[in-house]
Amino acid sequence: MAAAAPMILYGLAGLAALFAAAKAHDELFAIHAWLVVLICIIAIFATARALKFGPEADDRPKEKYLDGVVRAGVVATVFWGLTGFLVGVVIAFQLSFPELNFDLPYTNFGRLRPLHTSAVIFAFGGNALICTSFYVVQRTTGARLALGNTAWFVFWGYQIFIVLAATGYLLGVTQSREYAEPEWYVDLWLTVVWVAYLAVFLGTLFNRKEPHIYVANWFYLSFIVTVAMLHIVNNLSMPVSFLGSKSYSLFSGVQDALTQWWYGHNAVGFFLTAGFLGIMYYFVPKQANRPVYSYRLSIVHFWSLIFLYIWAGPHHLHYTALPDWAQTLGMVFSIMLWMPSWGGMINGLMTLSGAWDKLRTDPIIRMMVLSLAFYGMSTFEGPVMSIKAVNSLSHYTDWTIGHVHSGTLGWVGMITFSALYFLVPRLWKQDGLYSLRLINWHFWLATLGIVLYTASMWVSGITQGLMWRAYDSLGFLEYSFAEAVAATHPMNVIRALGGVLFLLGALIMTYNLWRSARGDKRSERPMGAAMPATV
Amino acid sequence: MDYEQFRHFADSWGLVYLVVIFVLAVLFVFRPGAKDRYERYAEIPLKKDDQA
Repeated sequence: MAAAAPMILYGLAGLAALFAAAKAHDELFAIHAWLVVLICIIAIFATARALKFGPEADDRPKEKYLDGVVRAGVVATVFWGLTGFLVGVVIAFQLSFPELNFDLPYTNFGRLRPLHTSAVIFAFGGNALICTSFYVVQRTTGARLALGNTAWFVFWGYQIFIVLAATGYLLGVTQSREYAEPEWYVDLWLTVVWVAYLAVFLGTLFNRKEPHIYVANWFYLSFIVTVAMLHIVNNLSMPVSFLGSKSYSLFSGVQDALTQWWYGHNAVGFFLTAGFLGIMYYFVPKQANRPVYSYRLSIVHFWSLIFLYIWAGPHHLHYTALPDWAQTLGMVFSIMLWMPSWGGMINGLMTLSGAWDKLRTDPIIRMMVLSLAFYGMSTFEGPVMSIKAVNSLSHYTDWTIGHVHSGTLGWVGMITFSALYFLVPRLWKQDGLYSLRLINWHFWLATLGIVLYTASMWVSGITQGLMWRAYDSLGFLEYSFAEAVAATHPMNVIRALGGVLFLLGALIMTYNLWRSARGDKRSERPMGAAMPATV
Repeated sequence: MDYEQFRHFADSWGLVYLVVIFVLAVLFVFRPGAKDRYERYAEIPLKKDDQA
């Protein structure tokens, strides 16, 4: 009865949560405790249902690699992606039409916005990183995931973290740190899950059959290690009560602000960049069926990214109480980041040199190229915006929002979509995708959506920046804040429409992946002239 | 060590330390004679070991 131990564990955890619910200092903590009770009950029933009796119980041949958890990760990635994009579209329309806040605390922009950012970054992006890292580390080391079913604990533990965080945002549980909103007890849970993730990844590397550790794994490992460090330091806080949802940061004033943006910017650097570069360094060579353009460049790319990124955070605090030298330091390191970013982009794009014809026939390659192009564009724009003189115009405006979305929708989104299209037929053991033409539809809808989004936010951001700093001849501000809001209304509507197109593309992807997993084939004209009839 | 000393140590010797490590890493990667080795490494994902 190998299932007895976990069931007892879930039972004890459920009882502990029940106790916490009864003794909770505030209603919100009690709701979360009840949620944990519910999760424990579900876990007990799920374990019981999965029990197998009789001699055939453990006779199934063991697959070489542990891929069930990767399949689950693909499903979670798609599910959270759709959720996050949908909430993004909703809050974009709220910014254009405030009536959509519905005058309820739970549907207010202030609570839905962290739901959107966490859903896309941590739920969509995080699940994509966890499942692709599990896939890539097994393929490039020739070893099965280490520590038995710990990978499954990582998967479910991470989903529980997402559910606790998301429900907390809607109910009003937040420590008000951007991209680190979950309160102390959710942070502690994520720490446990993340350490397990690190153990599985390191253990697999340790068991490797291939002597050299392929560069994609370096990027994944740096992502796991750095996010652990950032998460722990930025969430150092003191709970007000042992069974309450409120805590206060261990730091105060400008130290607190700098810790937060050291965290915030490196979440961009190591979560949204290093991790997804791991995806790029495996899936682009695989899909193109060519080795990466320069392996040496990939190593230089890795080390220069590691050495430079960690210093760039202070550019979020230009013209604040942060010492001037620290602001300048952040700016200089941000500008130096041009080198590794463009080195990496060139390395990815040049992998296709001699195979550019694939752009005509392979829409997955097309997505990868677009993704790398957006990686190049957003990492060009970012350093420009970190220059103090530019930042004085761009900061606090929609320009920043546009910049972030060219990186997230363009780079992170498109490289993830292309990895999903690569993975689904292989994981569900089908001999190809349902439809390549639908990928093409997804590609163009998403591209058009991103173009509408970033272009409208440039116009809106610069309009805001110029209106806020306009003085008349007597030295009075020329415009009230509300006038800038009215002036940017059309751009906000265009942005929301761009989001709708991006969401539509993701829905088409979901349909395509679902039919692909079932093994269906759409009868359609093949892509390009040179495409053979069979895929 | 007070704040000022710490910060001057960081932006002088600390900076030199990190830059030297970085330059050594780059020089090591581009050392002559390692070309074949790195081309072999680049082929790792393309080996036929894809079975699910």
